[in-house]
Amino acid sequence: MDYEVVIGLEVHTQLRTESKLFSPAPVSYGEEPNHSVHPVCLALPGVLPVLNGQAVELAIRAALATHCEIHPYSVFARKNYFYPDLPKGYQISQYEEPLATGGWIDIELGEGLTKRVRLTRIHMEEDAGKSIHDSEITGGHATHVDLNRAGIPLLEIVSEPDLRSPAEAAAYLRTLRSILRYVDVTDADMEKGHFRCDANISLREPGTSEFGTRTELKNLNSFRFVEEALHAEIDRQGELLDDGVAVQQATMAFDASSQRTRVLRLKEDADDYRYFPDPDLIPLQIDLADIDRVRDELPELPEDRRARFREQYALSDDEAVQLTASRASAEFFEAAVVTQGSAKPIAKWMLRDLAQVLGQLEIGIEDVVLTPDQFAALVGLVEEGRVTPKSARELLPELVERGGDPTALASERGLEAVTDSGVLEGVVDQVIADHPEDVERYRAGEGKVLNFLMGQVMRRTEGKADPGAVRDLLSRRLS
Amino acid sequence: MAVLARLSLTDAEVERLSTELEAILDYVETLEEVDTTDVRPMSHVLPLATPLREDRAAAPLDPQAAVVNAPESAGSAFVVPRVIDGEEEG
Amino acid sequence: MEASSPLPSLRGVRDLLDSGEGTSVGIVNEALERADALDEALGAFTGMRAEGALEDAAAADARRAAGRTLSPLDGVPVAIKDNMVMEGEPTSCASRILEGFVSPYTSTVVERLRSRGAVIVGRTNLDEFAMGSSTEHSCFRPTSNPWDLDRAPGGSSGGSAVAVASRIVPAALGSDTGGSIRQPASHCGVVGMKPTYGRVSRWGLVAFASSLDQIGVFTRDAGDAALLLEAIAGHDPADSTSLREPVPRFSEELTGDISDLVIGLPREYFLDEGVDPGVLAAVRDGVSVLERAGAKVREVSLPHTRFAVATYYLIATAEASSNLARYDGVRYGRRAASATDLSQMYFLSRSEGFGEEVKRRIMLGTYVLSAGYYDAYYRKAQQVRALVLDDFQKAFDECDVIATPTCPETAFRLGEKTGDPLSMYLGDIYTVSANLAGIPGISVPCGMAGGLPAGLQLLGGPLQEATLLRAADVFQRLTSHHTAVPTAI
Repeated sequence: MDYEVVIGLEVHTQLRTESKLFSPAPVSYGEEPNHSVHPVCLALPGVLPVLNGQAVELAIRAALATHCEIHPYSVFARKNYFYPDLPKGYQISQYEEPLATGGWIDIELGEGLTKRVRLTRIHMEEDAGKSIHDSEITGGHATHVDLNRAGIPLLEIVSEPDLRSPAEAAAYLRTLRSILRYVDVTDADMEKGHFRCDANISLREPGTSEFGTRTELKNLNSFRFVEEALHAEIDRQGELLDDGVAVQQATMAFDASSQRTRVLRLKEDADDYRYFPDPDLIPLQIDLADIDRVRDELPELPEDRRARFREQYALSDDEAVQLTASRASAEFFEAAVVTQGSAKPIAKWMLRDLAQVLGQLEIGIEDVVLTPDQFAALVGLVEEGRVTPKSARELLPELVERGGDPTALASERGLEAVTDSGVLEGVVDQVIADHPEDVERYRAGEGKVLNFLMGQVMRRTEGKADPGAVRDLLSRRLS
Repeated sequence: MAVLARLSLTDAEVERLSTELEAILDYVETLEEVDTTDVRPMSHVLPLATPLREDRAAAPLDPQAAVVNAPESAGSAFVVPRVIDGEEEG
Repeated sequence: MEASSPLPSLRGVRDLLDSGEGTSVGIVNEALERADALDEALGAFTGMRAEGALEDAAAADARRAAGRTLSPLDGVPVAIKDNMVMEGEPTSCASRILEGFVSPYTSTVVERLRSRGAVIVGRTNLDEFAMGSSTEHSCFRPTSNPWDLDRAPGGSSGGSAVAVASRIVPAALGSDTGGSIRQPASHCGVVGMKPTYGRVSRWGLVAFASSLDQIGVFTRDAGDAALLLEAIAGHDPADSTSLREPVPRFSEELTGDISDLVIGLPREYFLDEGVDPGVLAAVRDGVSVLERAGAKVREVSLPHTRFAVATYYLIATAEASSNLARYDGVRYGRRAASATDLSQMYFLSRSEGFGEEVKRRIMLGTYVLSAGYYDAYYRKAQQVRALVLDDFQKAFDECDVIATPTCPETAFRLGEKTGDPLSMYLGDIYTVSANLAGIPGISVPCGMAGGLPAGLQLLGGPLQEATLLRAADVFQRLTSHHTAVPTAI
């Protein structure tokens, strides 16, 4: 039987701060165990939490970017459970009164279709530490506990069960990640675990409005993983239901090698987290004026910028989507356009040639030394015929890595186009004189011979002649 | 309750604690006499909003000082008996 | 016992140092010797800091010689309750579960005391994790009352109260969650003050119940309390619940004049039943001393008083059950030697590490917060707490200071109440409300009942410590109860 799939996602993303959510311990990655800890991270007797203001600022920004309602009064609560990497025996989170509720994001489903996915809530919480089970490190009989990660600020973003397929879930995650990176809330580096996802999934017969029993898939850390895990769980639940077996509420794990999900543990009534307001922290109060300030400072969101790019710069859908994929790329583009004035060639050079160089160097646009001004100048030289596209492509890798004035560099490398008409005419005349048979064939109507003659001219000018000018000159001389 | 609190109690302890807790709970039942309709629960007495800290990192604790009190450690990591898959919570 | 001599008061020590009649090294040595002589009988200390204290004392003497004295506390020996951490020193909370723990950081109060030159000489005994009213629930030993060694000194800061009452130190710090400073002060015949919640930083105070815990002082008189409190009070950015209000120079507010004050007597605290008649008489005498000094006296009402103990125990145990979850044998403290798997590590370490009273409260607190009971117990208690605060706000519209007995009776016998926790809890009836409302309170010796000290409690509105100290100071200028030396030592 074909069931309707119902998916809701909980995303945990790491807020971009220097210090932890409730302590001045540095936020680090890849350090040796317990090298980035403070008495607060170790839950030593007598320590107290103090909230990181920047984390609040970033959380407000994320809530505004996803159209949530921000509550002027929210409460930090303790979620009590025992686990070796949870040093206090509770996690400070928000429960009954979260920072923000009720937002949405639009996701693109291809072929111009978009879908609005509702958000339930956004709240701040602290990360736990890391348990290391790898027996090569632990010797097999033990688990090691590293608290470097304990206390790192996380934003939890919970969606409504609005997603109807693994592909929609993946599109939601991509869009959400792009928005959060746009507003500089998070690096959302998936490999570093900055953007983690749990999925709630259930099946129901099409046409019914009640939800089926759901399971929770934990720790899906890549987009591909999310899709694969959801497919596997849909298959598992579908088979159970086909056999008339009830799905049990459970926490599941996905094994990529077998492409199967398995039960980690059944949800029990014993999961009693005994939430209560943290008495070490007074409720968080956010001024409306602060919300307004953050809203004013909010950068243009990807969806808005995409629409504007199409309109203002007459770009194709595809160009607009690609250029706005990251805030850095969109800003580089616009800065270059301001200098050069002509959007279309800038877009083409960015999406084709610059993208290729970045791919080869394995860097992002935020890492290039080349400024948008310099890039625009290079595209300008090509447009004016002062540097050939081929020469420009030769210069680009060096400019990307070191920056510099493209005009000066072209001159230094002798890559300026041959624009001196006297010089060019001399070369053209020489080529005509050296290839009398080809000239005859052209004059007899074999038009494509012109390309051969052009190639000769280009070779003798070492590619520095403007191909347009050469074609014009040859045509005139041979007519 | 003892499981939630991670306490293992002997039968004698369970018996005594049950009696004592029952007496205490009986006593706190007196709160039912108080009319608390429309009273906002008070989790703190302070007329303050939670203070915010500037996002500045301080030097971390010396890793050896971090683990020096641990019953068991290896290098700079804490060591606990092996965690079995599925014991994970949260 | 004859070998040691009683130490003077805090200002007495200061005067000796100022006049050059004594040195800090000499006085600290006397304190250490007296502790050595008396503590086997008293059990007031969990550990002395002899070497460090003598080094600090020598440094204080050197400063004084160079004319760079830091404060009136410079060179003065002070004891701290063994639930305030100090880098490089053990902190036990009188619990087996913190066996071997040496703190890698220092509490704000100890930092402040030391930056003003005070010399920390030792850590004092307490009920395990400050849970108790007798200092019997200590993993080391019960502390004895210096007025009668068979009696408890009160608690949980019993060790600090005894150390000051026995003239081992002129001053000590304690913590007060439901009366843990004021009650032992009353039972031992010394001054004990709990400031406004948030007045003194809790950074480095091992938490019992975070919304109620507050550090305060033990001294022999209000003048000394003023000096010690102004040294430790003030805003601390490391404690989110720390108040930003500037701290007055309390010692300069002791004008000797209380003719502007209205003293309120809550009728719910002066019922004839449930209070020892001798205690009640001493307290009434105390009030009349204040009246004779010019204060006006009137009756006020705190109608929710009889619900305060229940409210207190629900909130305090709920918070404690969570605050004590960190003692798991992973990062510090005791891990059960026989634990072979993770589950045993938790269950055995905690069961072996915590004492009976702590387990009782963890169980109650866990229950109170659990699904299905939260609303009936925890939320309800928070609502009643709001009403208790409301009572005080109304009362302080009509008076400046509220006067009550500190405790319904004098010191009880060791072991007398350990089998009946509820009756022990009910002894906190007069003290817990101030913690629920976050207001300051002070207990002042006001006479004897049956050969044992009784205490007069003065409560003030938020931040009114100066008013309380001024009233207590006037009272002590007119009485001599605080000069009585305990008879059993």
